[in-house]
Amino acid sequence: MADHKTEHLPGAGASLRHYVRGLILSVILTGAAFALVMMHVLPRDATIFVILALAAIQIFVHLVDFLHIDSSLEQRWNVYAALFALLVVGILVGGSIWIMFNAHERMNPGMPGMTMTPEAF
Amino acid sequence: MTLLDLPEAHSLHAKQHPAAHEGDAELTEKTVFGFWLYLMSDVVLFATLFAVFAVVGRNYAGGPTGQELFDLPYVLIETAVLLASSVAFGFVTLAAQDNRKQATLLWMALTFAIGAVFIVMEVYEFHHLIQEGAGPDRSAFLSAYFTLVGTHGLHVFTGLFWMIISGIQLARDGLAATVQRRLGLLGLFWHFLDVIWIVVFTEVYLIGVL
Repeated sequence: MADHKTEHLPGAGASLRHYVRGLILSVILTGAAFALVMMHVLPRDATIFVILALAAIQIFVHLVDFLHIDSSLEQRWNVYAALFALLVVGILVGGSIWIMFNAHERMNPGMPGMTMTPEAF
Repeated sequence: MTLLDLPEAHSLHAKQHPAAHEGDAELTEKTVFGFWLYLMSDVVLFATLFAVFAVVGRNYAGGPTGQELFDLPYVLIETAVLLASSVAFGFVTLAAQDNRKQATLLWMALTFAIGAVFIVMEVYEFHHLIQEGAGPDRSAFLSAYFTLVGTHGLHVFTGLFWMIISGIQLARDGLAATVQRRLGLLGLFWHFLDVIWIVVFTEVYLIGVL
């Protein structure tokens, strides 16, 4: 198996088991997300919440089974870098949505589809 | 490593051999970490595009909506194709670890072929949308859509190009340490693009039709 020249490679320690497990879990998670949306099983907000959760789980599955990220000491810095990236993503995406929707509401009170309807005034 | 079994070759390399291996391992570790940092910066790039889509993704400017444009069964096939390609690269990694050059090449050719199917499907989808008058200039929603999905597609296209280069190196040099290292990075890149696609199909296509 992994000799000296492969033991530090990203796929080191990877086995068929990982890829098969990743594939099966991905098929289930992706299938569930598409089925929920295509068959209108749940109300809209609940559907969005569930498919976002399914996506988060699938990202985790891919990171573990395909990218082979684990908590070993060797990968400590990779994990730190990923956590920092996650923080930046949170600020970028969360911040954009928060600020822009606030600005939208303040600048267009009474636009159709907004939370502030003309009746509120 | 058969060369090192020869007595004279052995004496020649005996001293530098362990050191060379350690140098190799350290270089690999540093290279992988460096490439990982690039991937994390790519995460930030995609995050900005996801944020833009989240903000303007429903600004249709009187044009077509996601619900009218997106064909979910088609997207499901695209998703399955990209997943299959990602798993196929897993077999490239396994074959490379076992030092099986022919198997590595064969699996990479398969990964390439499936990845190419994904690109063809995406180009067809874009072409179809533009022909319907739903090009990137139609609305903020479509600008954000084409930028986000197009950036992902460009990455996949780059990955395919990289596979051709790696295939040539692999055929020429065999599974040398350098080739192994580059295959490892290519694997990270390829699996990473599938992770990005999870967010794309969830945010753009699935939430987009709700």
